[in-house]
Amino acid sequence: MKMKRHTIKMMLLAGIVAVSVTSCKKNLILSPNNELTSQQVFSTPLGYTQAMAKVYGAFALTGNEGPAGEPDIEGVDEGTSDFFREFWNCEELPTDEAVITYTDPGVQPLHSMSWDATNAISQGLYYRSLYQITLCNNFIQQATPALVASHGITGADATTIAYYVAEARFLRAYQYWVMMDVFGNPPFATDATKIGSTIPPQISRKDLYAYIVSELKAIDPLMVKPNQNQYGRADEGAVWALLARVYLNAGVYTGTPDWTDAITYAQKVIGTSSYGLIPNFQNLMLADDSLNTISGGGKTSEFILTINYNGTKAETYGGSQYLTHAPVGGSMPPADFGISGGYDGSRTTSNIISLFPAPATTDGSQFPSNGNADSRAQFWYPGQSETINSVLTFTDGLGVCKFRNVTSTGTGGSSLTYSDVDLPLFRLPEMYLIYAEATLQGGAGGDAGTALGYINLLRQRAYGNANGNIIASQLTLQFVLDERARELFWEGFRRTDLIRYGLFTSSTYLWPFKGGVAAGTGVASYLNLFPLPATDLAANPNLKQNPGY
Amino acid sequence: MKKTYLIKYVFLLLFIFSAASVFAQSGSISGKVVDEANQPLPGATVTVKGTQHGVGTDVNGNYRLTNVSGTVTLQISFVGYRTSEKTVSVSGNVTVNVNLTPVPNDLNEVVVIGYGSEKKKDLTGSISTVTEKDFNTGDVTTPEQLIQGKVAGVSIISNDGSPGGGSQILIRGGASVNGSNQPLIVIDGVPLSNDAISGAANPLDLINPNDIATFSILKDASAAAIYGNRASNGVIIITTKKGKAGKPVISFNTQLSVSKITKEAPVLTASQFRNYIKSVGDSAQVAQLGTANTDWQKVIYQTAVSNNDNLSISGTTGILPYRVSVGYDDQNGVLKTSDLQRYTTGISLSPSFLNDHLKIDFNFLGSQQKQRFANTSAIGAADSFNPTDPVYSGNKNYGGYYEVLDPTSSDGLKSLAPLNPLGLLEEEQNRSTVYRAISSLAADYKLHFFPDLHVNVSYGFDGSNGSGYTDYPPYAASQYPGTIVNGVTYYGSNTKYKATTDNTTMDGHLSYAHDFKSIKSHVDALAGYSDQNFSTTTSNYATYFSNGIVNPTTIPTYATGIGQYDLTSFYARLNYSYDDKYLLTVSDRSDISTRFAPGSRTGNFPAAAASWVVSNEDFLKDNHVLTQLKFRLGYGKTGNEDGIGDYEYLSDYSLSTSTAQYQFGNTYYEGLRPGAFYPGRTWEETATTNAGIDYGFLNGRISGSIDLYYRTTDHLLATINEPALTNFANTIVANVGNMQDKGVEFNITGQLITSKDISWTANINMTINRNKITNLTEVANPNFPGLLVGGISGGVGTTIQIDQVGYAKNSFYTYQQVYGANGKPLEGVYVDKNGDGIINSSDLSVNHSPDPQEYFGLSSDFRYKKWSIGFSARANFGNYVYNNIASSTGYETNFLNGLGIIENGSNSVLKTGFTTAQYLSDYYLENASFFRMDNTHIGYNFGKVFKSTGDLKITGNVQNVFIITKYTGVDPESTTGIDNNEYPRPRTYTLGLNLTL
Repeated sequence: MKMKRHTIKMMLLAGIVAVSVTSCKKNLILSPNNELTSQQVFSTPLGYTQAMAKVYGAFALTGNEGPAGEPDIEGVDEGTSDFFREFWNCEELPTDEAVITYTDPGVQPLHSMSWDATNAISQGLYYRSLYQITLCNNFIQQATPALVASHGITGADATTIAYYVAEARFLRAYQYWVMMDVFGNPPFATDATKIGSTIPPQISRKDLYAYIVSELKAIDPLMVKPNQNQYGRADEGAVWALLARVYLNAGVYTGTPDWTDAITYAQKVIGTSSYGLIPNFQNLMLADDSLNTISGGGKTSEFILTINYNGTKAETYGGSQYLTHAPVGGSMPPADFGISGGYDGSRTTSNIISLFPAPATTDGSQFPSNGNADSRAQFWYPGQSETINSVLTFTDGLGVCKFRNVTSTGTGGSSLTYSDVDLPLFRLPEMYLIYAEATLQGGAGGDAGTALGYINLLRQRAYGNANGNIIASQLTLQFVLDERARELFWEGFRRTDLIRYGLFTSSTYLWPFKGGVAAGTGVASYLNLFPLPATDLAANPNLKQNPGY
Repeated sequence: MKKTYLIKYVFLLLFIFSAASVFAQSGSISGKVVDEANQPLPGATVTVKGTQHGVGTDVNGNYRLTNVSGTVTLQISFVGYRTSEKTVSVSGNVTVNVNLTPVPNDLNEVVVIGYGSEKKKDLTGSISTVTEKDFNTGDVTTPEQLIQGKVAGVSIISNDGSPGGGSQILIRGGASVNGSNQPLIVIDGVPLSNDAISGAANPLDLINPNDIATFSILKDASAAAIYGNRASNGVIIITTKKGKAGKPVISFNTQLSVSKITKEAPVLTASQFRNYIKSVGDSAQVAQLGTANTDWQKVIYQTAVSNNDNLSISGTTGILPYRVSVGYDDQNGVLKTSDLQRYTTGISLSPSFLNDHLKIDFNFLGSQQKQRFANTSAIGAADSFNPTDPVYSGNKNYGGYYEVLDPTSSDGLKSLAPLNPLGLLEEEQNRSTVYRAISSLAADYKLHFFPDLHVNVSYGFDGSNGSGYTDYPPYAASQYPGTIVNGVTYYGSNTKYKATTDNTTMDGHLSYAHDFKSIKSHVDALAGYSDQNFSTTTSNYATYFSNGIVNPTTIPTYATGIGQYDLTSFYARLNYSYDDKYLLTVSDRSDISTRFAPGSRTGNFPAAAASWVVSNEDFLKDNHVLTQLKFRLGYGKTGNEDGIGDYEYLSDYSLSTSTAQYQFGNTYYEGLRPGAFYPGRTWEETATTNAGIDYGFLNGRISGSIDLYYRTTDHLLATINEPALTNFANTIVANVGNMQDKGVEFNITGQLITSKDISWTANINMTINRNKITNLTEVANPNFPGLLVGGISGGVGTTIQIDQVGYAKNSFYTYQQVYGANGKPLEGVYVDKNGDGIINSSDLSVNHSPDPQEYFGLSSDFRYKKWSIGFSARANFGNYVYNNIASSTGYETNFLNGLGIIENGSNSVLKTGFTTAQYLSDYYLENASFFRMDNTHIGYNFGKVFKSTGDLKITGNVQNVFIITKYTGVDPESTTGIDNNEYPRPRTYTLGLNLTL
C-alpha cells in the first residue's frame, strides 16, 4: 500500500513535469539562423538600404536567388515574372511593334488580342506590380521618422532613409500608374493599413488617377533634386516625368484630358538642363549604357530613371536579358548581340519598317541599321521576310537589333547568358514628344515653335545631320505618334499610345494578325483594358471585373 | 567425407560463437515445423517442457535443439496455432517434424498497434499486417517493395526505375492536396521524419528490407489517431527482426540480378526520321541528315547486373536474445552511370531482467550508401537527338561527343540545341555518400507490486549525414558558354552539398491491463507523453570552376541553414472488451507543434471504435462453415503538418544571393526580402469513418475483410491565392478548403489446397477510391476557378492539371480534341465548350484523374513437394496519364524547329500530322489502366544439406514480367500522371540462394 502511494506520487510528479514542459513548448519560438526579424533588419542604416535594395530590385529581379530559385511571384514561370518583361509583353505584343514565336501560356493571345481573365502574362504583371507596391507599403511603415529615431539612427543616415521613403512612395505611384493604365480598376492599399489586416478595396480608375497625381505632388518636394540622386534611384526628375506621362493620358484615365499639365511637367524636366541627348542613338541600349554622357559632360545622359541589370550580379531572364536574347534567331549572329545564342522569339512587323526610310542595304553588312539614314532603324533583314505568314515562324517578320549586350566599343557584356543593359523607365525624348503632342492638342503654355525644335533635336540626333528635320506643317499628331514609334520603339509605350489615339482596338488602324487575322481586324473596345486576374477576383470579394470580361 | 563436412561446420560455429555456445555431448533434436498447409513456420518456439531450454525456428521452419538427453517432452508453439507436445527419447541426433494446426475460430495473432500490441481478434480498427512469410521476394531493395500489392487500400508505386528511386506510398489515396500524402512510418518505435535526406533519392532506401519482420498498416483514423499528428495518411509500423530463443542460427542469402529496359520510348527510327524530314523539310533541313543510324536509347541504356548479400546471426546467449545482421547491396541502373552501393547493419538486443519484470529492447539500424546519380536529362535528349548523327565526332572537342554546332555562336555550339545524350551522362559526376542510423532503446518495467501496470520509457534517434558533389569537366558541352569573371571565361564546375538530420524521440507511457473475470471484462489502458525534435542542418558551399578558382557569385551568404521543429504530445487509449463479443476502443491525442504560431499550435485528435464479434455469440458458436464474423465501426480524427516550412508563421527577412543584387550608384546591394507569412495556419485535420467486416470460413481456410470508409479533410493545407496587396506572396499554403474520399476495400485469402505434398494459397485484394475536392476558398465560392497544377515540359509554365471544387485532386484540365472524318485529330480544333465562338481558356474542361479509380492486388503461391511457384500481380483501372513525350515532341515544328536544326521526337507525329504543339489537347490524355505481373518466382528447397545441418533453398525471380495496357508510352504507371521521360522501370531477372545453418 505504501509503495502504491509512492507510485502515485511519482506519477503525479511526472505529470507535473510534463505539463510544465508542455506549456513552454506552447510558446517556444524557433527561428531560422539564416533570416532576420524585422526588428533586426530595421535597426541599422545598412538594413534599411538592403530592404530598399529589394524594393527597387523587385523591378529587375524575379526573386531572391539569381537567376531563379526563390521566386517572388508564384503561378508563372519565374524567368518570365520580372516587371519589365511582363510589362513589355502587355505593351508591345498586342501591337504592330512585336510578334513572337513563343507558345508559353498566355503569350499568343496577346498578339491575337484574345486574352481572358486567366491570361498568365497579364496576371504575372498584375501580381508583380502589386508585389512591389506591397514592398513599398511595408518599407514606408518600417521607416517612419519615429521608428528610425527609435533605433538611434540620426543625421545623414536618417536623411537618406527619409529619401528612401519618398522614393518608395514614388515607386508605389509608378506601379499604381501601371495598374491604372493596364488594368484600370485595381485593388488599392497604402501604408495606412497594416499588411494583411484587411482585404483591400477596389479603386476606380478615376480615383486612382487623383491619388497618383496628389501623391506625386506631395512627394515632389521630398525627393532628391533632378539628376542628383545615385544612379538607379528615383529623383524629382522622375516625379515630373511620371506626372507628365499621367497627364498626357488623362483623357483615357478620367475622360477629361489635361494637356496643360502635361506641358508643364514635361517642360519642368526639359528645363532642368540636367538631361541632354547623347550623341549616338545606337549607344542607348547597350551593355555600358549606364556610362553614356551628354556632350556637355552631364552625369546620366538622357536617362531619368533606369532599371539596372547586371550579367553577374543581377541575373535574371527578364528585362534586358529578354530584349537581347528573344529577338535573336535565324541568321542573326549571336556574337554581335553579346550573347551565346538567340532564343528565336520576337520580331517586328512591316508597319514599323514602313515608318522609316528605306535602308541602303539589306544584306546585313551594315550592322545594325543597314545604312539607313535614320539610325534608329536597327533591323535584321537576311533570311527574314517582311511578310508574316505565321507569327510562330521566326523568319516571318524583321529582326530587331536595338538591344545588344555589347559595349559601345564592341566588347561583350559581363555574361553571355544574362545582360548588362540598363533599361530606362523615363528618358528625355519622351518629354519632348509629350510637349509636342500636348501642344498640338492645344494645351496651355505650349509653344509650337519650341515643340518643332524639340522634335528636330530627336531627328537630328537620329540622322546625324539636319536632313531628317521637319518643318512646322509636318508636325501633326499623326507625326508625333509615328515619331514616338521610331524613337521609343520596343521601350514599352506602344499599347498606351495607340489607345490614346483611339487606334488600339478599332479597325481604323490594322497590322498583321491584329485580332488573330493575317490582314488584321478590329476587336471589341473592352480590350483597351486588361482583365483583373480570375485568381484575385476569387480571392478578393471586393473586386469587380472590368466590363466585357 | 561427410564427417569432414560436419567437423568443418562445427569448427566454424565454434569459431564464431565460442563464447556463446556450449555443446552438449548427450544428443540433439532437430526438425521442421510446418503449418496446416505444410508451409514452414519461421519463428515458432520449441522448448523442452518444464525448462527454459528452447530454440526458435529459422526462416525455413527448421530448428535444432542440442544438449538434451533422456526422454523429454517438446512443446512447440506459435501464435495463432495450437501448442503441440511431443515426447521424444533422445539418443544421438533425432529428427522430430511437427505440423501445427491453427487455433480454430480464433485469430490469436498478435498485431503491433500504436504504442503496444493487440491480439488480432480484439482489433476494432482497420489494420492490415504483413509478415515475413508473405513478403514479396526477388530483387527487393527497399522496405516498401516487400508489401507492394499485398494490402487493400495501400498503393505503392515506384517513382521510377533508378537505383534507390523510391516509391510513392498512398494509403487510401492520401488526404491532402499540398501537404504531404506520405504515411507516417514508425520503425521500432521511432517515428521517421518524412523530410528528404540530402544525397538520397528516398529516405527508406537506407533501410535493409532483410531486417524487417512485420508491417502493420493502420489505415483508418480509429487505429491511427493514437499517432495524432502526421497520421492523416495512415501509419506504417515496421518491426525489425529480433533474436529468437536458443542456439545461434546463421542465415545467409545472396542474389544476383540482371536488369534490362522493357520498352524504348516510341520515337522515330533513323530511317523513319530520314523519310519524314525528306517529306516535310526544305533543302537546308534535308541537308542536315547525317549518314549514321544511331538508336540513342540503345546508347544510353545498358544491361545492368546487381547483387545483394545478407548475413544474419540470431539466437540467445545467457539472458540476451540477439540478432546481428550485415547486408551489402550493389545495384547498377539500366541508365548508364547510375549505381548504388549500400552497406547495412542491424543489431537487436532484447534482454529481460528481474524475472522478466524488466524488458529492455535495443535496436540499431545503420547504413552507408554510396550512389552515383545519372543525369536523367539524357533520357529526353535521347528522344530528341538527331538519329542520323553519330555518337562521337571523331575530334576532341566537347570531350569527343558529337554535338550540334553553330559557327556563328561564341562557343561554337548551337544555342538551345539538345546535347549529346551520352555526353550528358558521362560528363556529369553526381555522387553522394549518405549515412543513416535509426536506433531505439526502450525499457518496459512491470511493477513488482502491481504487475498489471507497466512503465515504458524509450528513446529513439534517427540521424543522417548526406553529402556529395556534382562535377563537370571544362570540355563538357553543358558547360558552354562558360562564366565570365573579370573578363576571363571559366569552364567546368564542382558543387558540393551536405546536410545532416538529427531527429530524436523521447517517450514515456504507462499501460495497464487486467482481466476482470467475474464480469467477463478485459480492460487495457494506456497514457503517455512524447517529445520529438527534428533538426536539419544544411551546409552551403560555393561552386568552383574546373581549374579550382571559386565562382565569386556563388559564395553563400550563410555557411549553414538550420531547420528545426518540435512536437510535444499527450496520448491516452482505453480498450474494453466484454465476453470477447463486444469491444470498445477510445483514444485521444493532443499535439503541439512549433511549426504553428503560438495560439494555434495545439491539435486534438480523438477516436472511438467498437466491434461486435458475432461469431462468438451462441447462435454462431458451433457453426463450422462461418467460423469468424466481426463487425467493426470506427471514427477518428488525425492531423497533418507535413508540406509546410518550419518557420512560416513568421515574416522573416532573407538576404538575396550575390547574383540577385541591385545597383545604387556604383554599389551593388544584396536585398532583404520579407517572407510570406500565414500566422493563422494550423493542423490539417482528417476525420475518417470506417465500417468493416472480418470474416472467416472453414476454420480460416477462407478469410478476409471488407471495409467501407468515408474520409473528410478540413483545414486543408492547400496552396491558395492570397488577395493581392495582403502578403509578400501571391500564393501561400493555407488551411483552406475541404476534401473527401470515399472507398471500399475488399480482401480475401484462400488456402485452396492444403495436403501434405501440395498446397496452394491465393489472395485477392481490391480497393475502390473516389476523391473529391469540396471547397478551396476561405469563404466557399462556387465560381472559384481552381488552382492550376501539374507543370509539363514543352511550353514554359504550361500546366495540365487543376485542383477544382467538385473534382478529384490533380484532375486533368484539357481541350476536347475534334477529329476529322479519317479519325485523325484536327490540329487546333477543339470543342467550343461555352459556345462563344472563340477557343480560349474558358473552353478547357476538367477531365479524368491521374489516380486509379479501382486497384487490385493478386497473388498466388503453389507448392508441390520441394518446389514452390508463385506470382504477384497488380491491376489499376481508371488512371489516366498525360503523354508529355508525345505532346512535347510529336509535331512538325519540333522536328523542323525554329532553331534551324532538325530534332527527333515522338512517332505520334505520323498519326496526328500536327505541325505545332497542341499541349492542352486531350488527345494526349490516355487511359493508362493496366495489369502488371510484378513478380513471378520459382523455388526449390533442397532441404537438409551438409549432413542435415543446413538448409538450402534456391529461387529464381522475374520482376516486372509483363504489362497489359492500351497506353502508348513507355509505362502507364506514373505517380504524377504526367509521363515525361521517366527513368524506365526495368525487367529484372534474379537468382537467389538461401542458406540457413
